[in-house]
This record gives sequence, C-alpha cells and structure tokens, in this order.
Amino acid sequence: MSYVIEGKTGNWEIVVGLEVHAQIISQSKLFSGASTKFGGEPNTQVSLVDAAFPGMLPVINRECVAQAVRTGLGLNARINLESRFDRKNYFYADLPQGYQISQFAHPIVGEGTIEIELAGGETRQIGITRLHMEQDAGKLLHDQDPTRSFVDLNRAGVALMEIVSEPDIRAPEEAGAYLRKLRQILRYLGTCDGNMEEGSMRADVNVSVRKAGEPFRTRCEIKNVNSIRFVMQAIEVEAARQVEIWENGGEVDQETRLFDPGRGETRTMRSKEDAHDYRYFPDPDLLPLVIEQAWVDGLKAALPELPDAKRARFQKDYGIPFYDAGVLVAEQSVADFFETVAKGRDGKLAVTWVTGDLFAALNRTGRTIENSPVSAEALGKMLDLISDGTINGKIAKDVFEDMVETGESPDAIVEKKGLKQVTDTGVIDAAVDAIMAKHADKVEEFRSGKDKLFGFFVGQVMKETKGKANPALVNEALKAKLNG
Amino acid sequence: MSLDLATTRRIAKLARIGLEDAELESVRQKLDGILGWVDQLSEVDVEGVPPMVGTEMEALRQREDVVTDGNCREAVLSCAPETSGPFYTVPKVVE
Repeated sequence: MSYVIEGKTGNWEIVVGLEVHAQIISQSKLFSGASTKFGGEPNTQVSLVDAAFPGMLPVINRECVAQAVRTGLGLNARINLESRFDRKNYFYADLPQGYQISQFAHPIVGEGTIEIELAGGETRQIGITRLHMEQDAGKLLHDQDPTRSFVDLNRAGVALMEIVSEPDIRAPEEAGAYLRKLRQILRYLGTCDGNMEEGSMRADVNVSVRKAGEPFRTRCEIKNVNSIRFVMQAIEVEAARQVEIWENGGEVDQETRLFDPGRGETRTMRSKEDAHDYRYFPDPDLLPLVIEQAWVDGLKAALPELPDAKRARFQKDYGIPFYDAGVLVAEQSVADFFETVAKGRDGKLAVTWVTGDLFAALNRTGRTIENSPVSAEALGKMLDLISDGTINGKIAKDVFEDMVETGESPDAIVEKKGLKQVTDTGVIDAAVDAIMAKHADKVEEFRSGKDKLFGFFVGQVMKETKGKANPALVNEALKAKLNG
Repeated sequence: MSLDLATTRRIAKLARIGLEDAELESVRQKLDGILGWVDQLSEVDVEGVPPMVGTEMEALRQREDVVTDGNCREAVLSCAPETSGPFYTVPKVVE
C-alpha cells in the first residue's frame, strides 16, 4: 500500500514519525507523593515538590519505573539497566520548576518494534527509537477570565512515558494503525489507559515529504494532537502544505505547528520559537537510575498475554480465522468474554455469537462488554443447548433476545416458553401431512418439476411447529413424502 | 573564546532576564569572563574518563507508589503573586 501526493512536479511520498506521550497508571506522581487521580478539586493534588518550592527534592516512584519497563518489554524493546534524568529548560505557566525532568541522553528503554496491520491484513513493522520517563505539566484554563489564565497543577509531575517511533510511517492510515496498536498494547499491559479525550495519551506528529529515493527533507512537528482521526487529518494537510511550498520554489522551515481541526489546517506555534534550545543538562538532584536484570526478568515473567500472542493462540486453539481473532483481541475485555464462552465449546460457534448477535445487542442497548446484559456464562450455556439439540439455531435467536431483555438463564426461558426442539418424528410427520393437505396445488406443482417450492414447504412446516422442529428431520420427512 | 552581543541577548531571553541595550556590553564582558574561567577545565585531559554524575556513589533512592502528600492548597498557593479562588493566575497565554 502506498500513499502518494500527486504534485505538479511529480509524486511525493510522506515520511512520518510519532512521539506519543502516555500517562503512566500509578497512584502517586513520578517524583512526589501527591495523588494522580483525574478530576480532583483544583490544586489539591499538589505537593510542594510539584509546585517547585525552593529546596524540595524529587524522589522517584518505583512503580512508575516498573510501568516503563513493562511497556518497554511489551514493545520488544531493549531495557537499559542504567538510565539518567536531565533537566529540559523552558518557561511556561504550566511548568512551575522552569524545567521538565526528563531523560535525554540515557533513556530507560531503547529500540523496539510494533507490528501494525493495514486494510487487507497486510502487516508492517514500525521501529521504536526509545521510550523515556518524564514529568507531565499542569493545566491552563483560558476561559475563566478575559485577561488572565488560570493554573491548576494537579497534573504537574504525573509520570509520562514518551514513546518515540522511527520515521517509518508512510501513510496517514499507517499512523492511525500504529496509534491503535500502541494503545491496545498499553491497555493490555495496564501501564496507560490510552484515553485520548482526557489527555492521558497525546501525540506529536513529525511530518516531511520527499520524492521517491531522496534523503529526508526538513520536517515540521505538529504538537499535541488529541485523537487518532485528527492525527491522520493533520498529516494529510501538513504534507499537502509542504508539497506546495517545495513546488513553488520555497523552503520548509523546521518549526513547531498546531493542528486546528475546525479549519482543517496547521499553523505556526509562536511560543515555541526557541523551543529547540532546551539546554538539557543532567539533573543534579537525581543520581543515575540503576535497575537489576533479575527485577526486569521478574516483571517480564508477570506480563499478561499481549494482543499478537493472544490472537495467534485464538486462531490455533479455537480454529477461528485471523480477522475474527483480531476483532476479539482488540479489547482485552472482549477477548476474556470470548474465552469464557468458547472454553470447552465450539470456537467458531462462539465467535459467531459474540461478534454477531452479542455485539448487535450491545450496540442496540448502548452497553459495553463489561456490563453486557448477557453474561459470558449464560451465552455459553445457550450454546450448550444448541449443541446438545435442545434448541435449534433459529429458536436460539429468540432465546438470546429474551436473555437480553429479561436477563434470565437460557434453560429457564426454554422451559417457560416451551421452546424445546421437536425431534419426535411422529409430530413432524403429522405437521408435514397437514401442510401437504392444505397446499395440495403446490404439491402438484412440485411434483411436476418446480423444485424451488421445497423451501416453501420447509417454511410452512417450521411455522406449523412454531419454529421448534429439528430442521434436519423436517427436510428428511418432506423429501420422503413429497417425492413419494 | 569570545561571546558576542547577539548570543548574550539570546541567553538573556532564554533565561527571561530583561536587559537594556546600555547594559548589554557590560553583561557580555562579565559572562565572557566567567566562561573563560570555566573554560580552563577543558585543558584537563579527560579522555576515557566517564562523566561524574554525583558526589555520592550510592544508587538513586526510590519510594513506594503510595499517596503521602498533597491536599495542602493553601500552602501551595501561599507564595503566588496572584491567585483567584483555587487557582494561580497569570497573564493570559493563548496559542
């Protein structure tokens, strides 16, 4: 798959790298004991460390380090047993220290890879350059007063992972696939909730364009894009802007830009004019972070099964296709639900019901899998009723709808409504006879060669038995009697 | 090594220090003197010597992930030049 911008001077390809800021899930902040909870009263989750009072010293949170290491392991990346913290200096009202504690020269995680899947099942490897830990900034509110901005430092000092990709992405769609896959891995690991609306995952997008075979040209960085859709749009419009500049004989300036989704354009971010002069230096308050290989091994052994591995196992253990397995593992909760349904049962039947009728019911009732109106155990029991011949597939649909509505068990519904499949050939024969008598003209037509009418008779017999007849037995009886 | 006026102005800007044009040359000279003094260190041959990262060679102290701090808004806001309700306020900064 290739994405090409057709310019006046020929075709251009795009080169994209992503820097994702992912908020680490932890109780307290990276360097202070204040809470990280989202949505607290303004400035209540702030310690004197976070507010950068003179003389306050940072002490690192061991769990945040563990989360960064888990994420590195999940990205098949190198874990650096020694890493360091540096000060990244800049002034902004959401940054009380006047510098962000970050990891510049020696990050905790080195090179890794993410496998992304594109439309049509094609896969590509996107390189990870590094992952490092740093502090989040506070939040500014601009709509409270005409001349002042309000500052809330609850978020200041919360641990972030900055996950930097190689410039391996060649299409907006690939950027979308990369972000979805990264978010999925983070959620499986439990290291970040991946919620882009609440800002716990944000992306900076580096975009440049070039003719095929050329070295990289100057890139621009689009800051703080807060949805996957906007990332894809921002890449498209920024690449088109750059092509136009180059084709009109101009030069693209390396700069930081903002994406305005309302106008569908990017624009220069003036406050960041000096942004590339951060004057990094090692933070004298923090010694090098040294971790033990044995500790890393322990974290690795305790990692949950990740999406790619789970998908392969589902294909193998339950005999379901690659695509279906992908749908199931997209969210861990769906995968868990499926496994409860499928364990010891027919995997293909289970996937049909989970991704078909169950997903439809969730959509219709506005529920999620976590508060599904039908539990995995109940759905499993219903599949047992199909497998042991108690009900047929058609009745199962009605039973399922009843389960969605009433929350009752499938056995109770079958019992109460008398939906048990009719396998008594005497009853089926009688129904066949009755229908044939009622539609003597159609029997005549069938016998004179109108084969298509067979389906009509099946339908009528099923109707006569209120849908409960065993379809195989009905077919058998009809064949014998119509042809006889 | 000699510091020029443009670099002096840039350093002042990055440090958010307002300098009058009249002061610029004297600040340049002082900074230049400091840099020249520190630059003597580059006469030492440090080939193959790893950078020193601290004076004590113990490992970084780590803490457990528990909430032990915060809920001290009054103290946090106490030194701010301007506040409004539960917030610090600053001159409007909008992109």
